[in-house]
Amino acid sequence: MKIVLEKLTKTFPGRGRKNPEDVTAVDDFSCEIPDGELIALLGPSGCGKSTTLNLLCGLESPTSGRILFGEEDITDLPPELRSVGMVFQNYALYPHLTVKQNILFPLENRKGKDRLSKEEMESRVMETARLVQIEELMDRRPKELSGGQQQRVAIARALVKMPRVLLLDEPLSNLDARLRLKTREEIRKIQKKTGITTVFVTHDQDEAMSISDRIAVMRLGVLMQMGRPQEVYDDPLNLFVAKFLGTPPINVFEGRVRDGKLYIGEEAVLPAEGLADQEVFAGIRPEGFILQEDGPLTCELNRVEIMGRDISVIASHPACAGQTLRAIIGAESKVDTASPAVRFALKPGKVLLFDRETEERIRF
Amino acid sequence: MMEQAEYEKKEKAAARRNKIRKILTYVGLGFWALIVLFPFYWMLLTSAKSYGAYNAEHIPAFFTLSPTFQNYIDAFTQVPLLGYLLNTLIFAVITTVLMVAVSVLAAYAFARLSFRGKNLLFTLFLSLMMIPSELVVITNFVTVTNLDLRNTFTGLVLPSVTSVFYIYLLKENFEQVPDELYRAAKVDGTSDLKYLLKVMVPICRPTIVTVTILKIIECWNSYVWPRLVTDDPAYYLVSNGIQEIRENGFGRENIPAMMAAVVVISVPLIILFLAFRKKIMEGVSRGGMKG
Amino acid sequence: MNTNKKKAWLYLLPAALFLVCFLVYPLLDVFVYSVEEGYNFASQTYFGTGFYNFSYVLHDPYFLQAVKNTFILVVITVPLSTGLALLISVGLSSIRPLRDLFQTIYFLPYVTNTLAVGLVFMILFQKTEYTDGLVNLMLGWFGAGPVDFIDGPYWAKMFVLCFYTIWIVMPFKILVLTSALASVNQDYYKAARVDGTPKLRIFTKITLPMISPMIFYLVITGFIGAFKAYSDAVALFGTDLNAAGMNTIVGYVYDMLYGDSGGYPSYASAAAVLLFAIVLTITCINLLVSRKKVEY
Repeated sequence: MKIVLEKLTKTFPGRGRKNPEDVTAVDDFSCEIPDGELIALLGPSGCGKSTTLNLLCGLESPTSGRILFGEEDITDLPPELRSVGMVFQNYALYPHLTVKQNILFPLENRKGKDRLSKEEMESRVMETARLVQIEELMDRRPKELSGGQQQRVAIARALVKMPRVLLLDEPLSNLDARLRLKTREEIRKIQKKTGITTVFVTHDQDEAMSISDRIAVMRLGVLMQMGRPQEVYDDPLNLFVAKFLGTPPINVFEGRVRDGKLYIGEEAVLPAEGLADQEVFAGIRPEGFILQEDGPLTCELNRVEIMGRDISVIASHPACAGQTLRAIIGAESKVDTASPAVRFALKPGKVLLFDRETEERIRF
Repeated sequence: MMEQAEYEKKEKAAARRNKIRKILTYVGLGFWALIVLFPFYWMLLTSAKSYGAYNAEHIPAFFTLSPTFQNYIDAFTQVPLLGYLLNTLIFAVITTVLMVAVSVLAAYAFARLSFRGKNLLFTLFLSLMMIPSELVVITNFVTVTNLDLRNTFTGLVLPSVTSVFYIYLLKENFEQVPDELYRAAKVDGTSDLKYLLKVMVPICRPTIVTVTILKIIECWNSYVWPRLVTDDPAYYLVSNGIQEIRENGFGRENIPAMMAAVVVISVPLIILFLAFRKKIMEGVSRGGMKG
Repeated sequence: MNTNKKKAWLYLLPAALFLVCFLVYPLLDVFVYSVEEGYNFASQTYFGTGFYNFSYVLHDPYFLQAVKNTFILVVITVPLSTGLALLISVGLSSIRPLRDLFQTIYFLPYVTNTLAVGLVFMILFQKTEYTDGLVNLMLGWFGAGPVDFIDGPYWAKMFVLCFYTIWIVMPFKILVLTSALASVNQDYYKAARVDGTPKLRIFTKITLPMISPMIFYLVITGFIGAFKAYSDAVALFGTDLNAAGMNTIVGYVYDMLYGDSGGYPSYASAAAVLLFAIVLTITCINLLVSRKKVEY
């Protein structure tokens, strides 16, 4: 099911004397989610991604704008008529019901002609359970399950109604690191198998990049950029997106363009032809540094971290925001740790320029 | 698009049903509020009616056009109401102060100090919470009588001091104060008692205030024990006082004056409650019991 | 660390002294009293030991009346007040404006003096030579005859007692239930809404099971509290409860101990031990039932 959001805005009225101002949680949000894709809504906490999810499932109604599932306008439909499945951050499994009763719950809500026969319900539940591999847990109660198992039960409960759209709110945040890796693959597998359009919310860019077809980066209620993970990483539209994606994060320098060259400090580090003279932010990905004895960028060497596959060079430069920068270079390179300085050349594709005022991307 | 129209119709019906439900809820809640408030209104109203006017009313009137203050004057002059109030105040203050002091010390020992058998002792301690006061009152009555402590404040106060529940509440609160503070204080050479007074008590002040208020309410309303150990009206507390007023006061059935006394007795607690509403309600919901 | 240990005991000493003198010793002693036959309060002597005190109490018509009254009170007030409190709490948590005001009003009976407000209830319900009283006036509007609720027929008196008891215990129950309702994770309701669960089903399948531990807690404490009813009865019917026929078990204990019919600590102890046995049994039954019902 294709999902279209049109100029979606949600404003919460100010509450009480302490917070008299209205809060705009989602601001003029427009995007199109193709049928059958897995989309990550990515952003720091408070960026409006959970509100967007609530608007999608109908727990909140938008102040203005429209939501379409396929061709159907569902903006004013209550949640139960939208046919969405939702997995909550803490799973919201009913603690007094067994796994089976939990999964059965949405089906038992139906009345009249929509209600399935007992056998149909039974087979639907078993089918879903098989899909997420929890058949042997059906008679347990939620508290007897591990976090990962609870997660799968929650997904099963969302899927059992055969929703048009599956929504997941921070699905991995309650799991430990090892389970997180496993579960995210699991989610991807289930999504592929069912082909159901899925939107999930996360603040973890690693998670978002690794499993989604597209990511939508949000900040303060505004959609910053949406696209395939690699596109967004390689070609961010602004400094915020560039800083938000990538571990270790991008190194940001205060630089300037003069005479068709990019200067960091007093050193001309890269040609920047066709650009007018201006003050810029230069973002350099950690993998954008090349260790080179006569490289143009001179930094003070702080220390070297050996990681096996590659080496992190931690250095400092007065023009670098936060003073220290981190460069990742191949393990075969030799760094002279006794030397006080280290010199780098830069890979052109890994250096991104942004306007000093607007923080918008400057292409060159 | 047929579906859309149907949805809209359904939604409108649901909205109407919601509205009716909301109105019914408010009516129901308002009705119970009326039942709760009415006795308070009635005692205020009756206390403002003059004796003659009240007795002339064959059908009770819901308001009075000539309010009088005379009943309050009668309540303070014809019966020793002021004495009852003073007694209750003295009783409540002494009992509460002693209770808080004793409980804070014990809670501190359980929460912070380590000694052998602490857990066992605490379990025993908690099991004391289940002893119904009706069982122990008999012996306490005999003890106090034998010690010749009837009609004294000592006799009134002593058995009312103990409260396992409040010690438990304080201990739980004390344990939330991080261990590091204690260790830091020890490194600085602070004595245990000083640490308790200068660090623990200020940090846990909200709970101590809650416990204090709850105990004051308990004291103000206590009836059974004071009734047993006092038969001299000079030592009556308000509960016994009001019973005394009802049975022998004012010489004749002076209901407006009685109501004036009831108002005087009720007002201090209501003021206390309104001032500390949040604290009291929180403390009570954590397991307080009436009686 | 020896000094530390000593210090700990020192801190505990005052509390321990109070508890031993006024809680532990009396608890043991009451069982001793209850088996001492023919105990004389003035000379503090007794003939022998045995179960005569229990047999006396169990054959005392006043005690039997008190047991009957107490059981009726318990059976009526506990389910009624818990159900009513549940209804009110659900109503309270479904509204936003005025909720604080209602909560404050509902809590008022908790901070009132039982004896004092009981007097107001007595006046509201009483029928005297001068006036039928307010409640009878209202009954008259519906065409019901005047009833003397304070000195009249047994069930009229029982009605007032139950009504007043419920009025007194409601604040605690409403408070506990509203905070229980508030502590249910909102995500459960959201999940139910996304699944299109009807309101009634949300209440019976989610809300009730989630707050069932608190309901059972209220039922248990309600039983214990109602079995110990006493001052509400005094407030309505005066200190001579036996004459009014409205005595409770606790009232019987105190009457035996003190007052016009008092001076018999042995009988009082026997009655108190019997009360304790009844409460303990009921509580155990309650716990067993709740163990079966509340399972998560």
